[in-house]
Amino acid sequence: MLTALLILFPLLAGLLVFFVKGNAARNLALGLSIIEFGLALGAFFMFKHNPDSCLLSFDHAWVQSLGIHFSVGIDGMALLMILLTTFLVPLIILSSFKNDYSNSNNFYGLILLMQMALVGVFTANDGFLFYVFWELALIPIYFICLLWGGENRGQITFKFFVYTLLGSLFMLVGLIYLYNHTNVDGIKSWNVQALYEAGRALTETQQSAVFWMIFIAFAIKMPIFPLHTWQPDTYVTAPTQGTMLLSGIMLKMGTFGVIKWLLPVVPLGLEKWGGIAIALSVIGIVYASIIALSQKDFKRLIAYSSIAHVGLISAGILSANQQGLQGAIMQMLAHGVNVVGLFFIADILFRHTGTREMDKLGGIRGMNGNFAVLFLIILLGSVALPLTNGFVGEFLLINGVYQFSATMAAIAGLTVILGAVYMLRAYQKIMLGERKDSNVAFGSLAGTDKIVLGVICIVVIAFGFYPKPLNDIAEEAVKTIMLNLK
Amino acid sequence: MKGLLIISGLGILAMLAEIFKFKKLLFPMVLLGVVAAYAFNFMEWKTGMSIPYFDNMIGFDKLGLAFSGIILATAFLWFILANDYFEEETNLVDHFALVLFALVGALMLTSFKNMTTLFLGVEIMSIPLYVLAASKKNDIKSNEAGFKYLIMGSFASGFLLFGIALIYGATGSFDLMQIRAFVSENSTTLPMFFYVGVVFMLIAMLFKVSAAPFHFWAPDVYQGSPTLITALMSTVVKTAAFAAFMRLFMVCFADVSAVWTGILAGVVALSLVVANFSAAMQNNVKRMLAYSSISHGAFMLMVVLANVRSNLSVNALIYYSLAYSLGSIAAFGILYNVTRKGNENIDAFNGLAKRNPSLALCMAIAMLSLAGIPITSGFFAKYFVFTAMIGTQYKWLLIVAVLTSAVGVYYYLRVIIAMYFKKQDTHEPLPIEKSNVLVIVLTTAATIAIGIVPGIVAEMFSF
Repeated sequence: MLTALLILFPLLAGLLVFFVKGNAARNLALGLSIIEFGLALGAFFMFKHNPDSCLLSFDHAWVQSLGIHFSVGIDGMALLMILLTTFLVPLIILSSFKNDYSNSNNFYGLILLMQMALVGVFTANDGFLFYVFWELALIPIYFICLLWGGENRGQITFKFFVYTLLGSLFMLVGLIYLYNHTNVDGIKSWNVQALYEAGRALTETQQSAVFWMIFIAFAIKMPIFPLHTWQPDTYVTAPTQGTMLLSGIMLKMGTFGVIKWLLPVVPLGLEKWGGIAIALSVIGIVYASIIALSQKDFKRLIAYSSIAHVGLISAGILSANQQGLQGAIMQMLAHGVNVVGLFFIADILFRHTGTREMDKLGGIRGMNGNFAVLFLIILLGSVALPLTNGFVGEFLLINGVYQFSATMAAIAGLTVILGAVYMLRAYQKIMLGERKDSNVAFGSLAGTDKIVLGVICIVVIAFGFYPKPLNDIAEEAVKTIMLNLK
Repeated sequence: MKGLLIISGLGILAMLAEIFKFKKLLFPMVLLGVVAAYAFNFMEWKTGMSIPYFDNMIGFDKLGLAFSGIILATAFLWFILANDYFEEETNLVDHFALVLFALVGALMLTSFKNMTTLFLGVEIMSIPLYVLAASKKNDIKSNEAGFKYLIMGSFASGFLLFGIALIYGATGSFDLMQIRAFVSENSTTLPMFFYVGVVFMLIAMLFKVSAAPFHFWAPDVYQGSPTLITALMSTVVKTAAFAAFMRLFMVCFADVSAVWTGILAGVVALSLVVANFSAAMQNNVKRMLAYSSISHGAFMLMVVLANVRSNLSVNALIYYSLAYSLGSIAAFGILYNVTRKGNENIDAFNGLAKRNPSLALCMAIAMLSLAGIPITSGFFAKYFVFTAMIGTQYKWLLIVAVLTSAVGVYYYLRVIIAMYFKKQDTHEPLPIEKSNVLVIVLTTAATIAIGIVPGIVAEMFSF
């Protein structure tokens, strides 16, 4: 029941915000998204109290004759993803307070609708419902990027839309193929367990076909090399809040999808093709890191660093062991928070100085010491320094990949080194040294900016020191997932 | 059957209107008549009895009534949309009569039981359309459209007749059930010319539904005809043609499917590729919608191909026709209003989001539905086709369908991008007539409604 409410509430909130004019829209959106976070916390405590509580799941027939149910539920992994989503959305909304968007009510309405679809993706227990939410998430973000994006947005958002839609359609065919093989008391069913059983009963060749059909959708969303070409342009062109949604949460739809909707379905396909998929992920890590090294635009650098990070997450997931999966979940949380922070920093830099070119910046630490400290903390989280939130996940991930193949782990480990290189170099160029352009001034931060950065920094440090509460849930969740993989 | 009679009566009445001077009353009478026809149609469907008429020449079974229902509902919306179009024209009653007679042909095509009724239906539907396509007398494009449509249509009718004759020669009957019985009894001793007849009829029907490579007439005819006539052609006519296609091939020639499924698979693949890539290259929105209609036709042909003769496949075609008709009526209705000044290029849509936000929103939803994005009805339509196809041996067609759908998204999105992103010189609001607003809002709402609860349609037609 609560799960259905978690989906319904942002939907209603979004529709409501469409009809509010002016600044009231953003305040209302912020308030409603904080309430949604409160609901998610409620779910968290309920889950802590009793993970099997019937309040956490909801099932109602949608199209009875086709076996389609509106079936949603919260397990450990879904809970963490929902916490991430509902935590980030208020921050994303708050981060936009200093930007002046025209028709801002539509902007905030679309963000809330997007949240609805995201929560839906993470909770769906019905293959068809999952697909619907998956596609629904695309529409608001497409319009956010198209309407409020930067230069050339028509072309770039278009590439993004067609790319992801193409992948999704392949996934749809794969899912329908599975559905066609389900048999629950003689009736076809879209239920997740029924799909698992149907998938496992397939031959190796069939499983291979299904593996690639479904993997391609997730690989595009994440994105995995060589399907990443839409990502840097889209991230750079989208308005900052759009980029945050894309990189902070939407990217996790792909990794989440692999864990819940791919690994348990086609074990034989994974055995046969997992190695190649991991190799692609690892190539992506190195490739994106090297490109990130040569970037001049800070926002573009973060975009490439995101490809590198998600490559490691994907490699960890596909190695399909306890450490890899647990690390993936932890890293999904950490990356979500950190990348939102980094994109926000890029936005603040741009707002204050009018440029994101790192060569034109410099010496900002001298102008605003507070900002320099906040930036550094988030950056260290992103390069996974011990005692920051990024460390636990990255450590477990490399451990997981190592169990699969030592060579892969060694190459994937490069992300740690290269990541530190390009990130610290960026910091050095932007914050330290002399002022390159005397026109560039950097005043004090606005109140809302301080709140957003402050909260992110607290999370970076707090969960770096004490990751246990999240880690426990992740560990339990992965244990359940591992049962399905055996 | 009563629906068919009412519409025929209305057609005759429309011709008398000029003589007896009740032109003003005609429009409300037609609307009422269509509603009455729909009501009778629905009642017959409720009772579920299929009574044969005229020596089993025609008989409205549940399947036929379902398609008739879609056709009548679409026609009702079309008449409201077209109300001021009729007022603008000088010879109004002719047009009323022609559209009504085309409707009669369409209804016959949903429920024929005999080859002669099939041919009559095709002709009764097509001949008024030839005239309507050319109804902008002073426009050279419209004349071209009418002429081309007539020549190509007659050519196809020739094929149809020849095919019917050959099949009659082989089986000794015009009656669908008798032909079917004959075929299944003598499946090994059928003469060669029977198969030739089947292929000829296939070609004729493919002409009528404008599937590639028999599609060349469609873009020119769609572009040249008055926009509302194009709307009629791509909804009512298309639904009827596919209803006929399905009845003919899934009922009558199901036992010789080996002959035609291979050809049909090739036609579907070709249509998908040709239509989507051609549509992507169009700047004229009407022409683009013509190609899009060919690609949607290919999807409907896939259902015929799936040929599982189960509820699933029949439902898929009914749902698809309905979803496509709704999306098309909305799209053409908006196109009609946006292009009143004569510019039919995509830049006519530039900045529409500023000039009339709600109209732009409706167009965006129509485009998303035609592109097949959830939660619109177009998505479920595609979904049903995919589910019907996945159990067949033609799985490779699904890959073609997926790849070309992505191309399809390109041209639908172009309209959305033009509306929301491109700038227009004028910012003056674009006014629309109330009746048109009603139709556009209604179709858009229905598109979303049957997209959210597809069960109300899909479960309605469980035979």
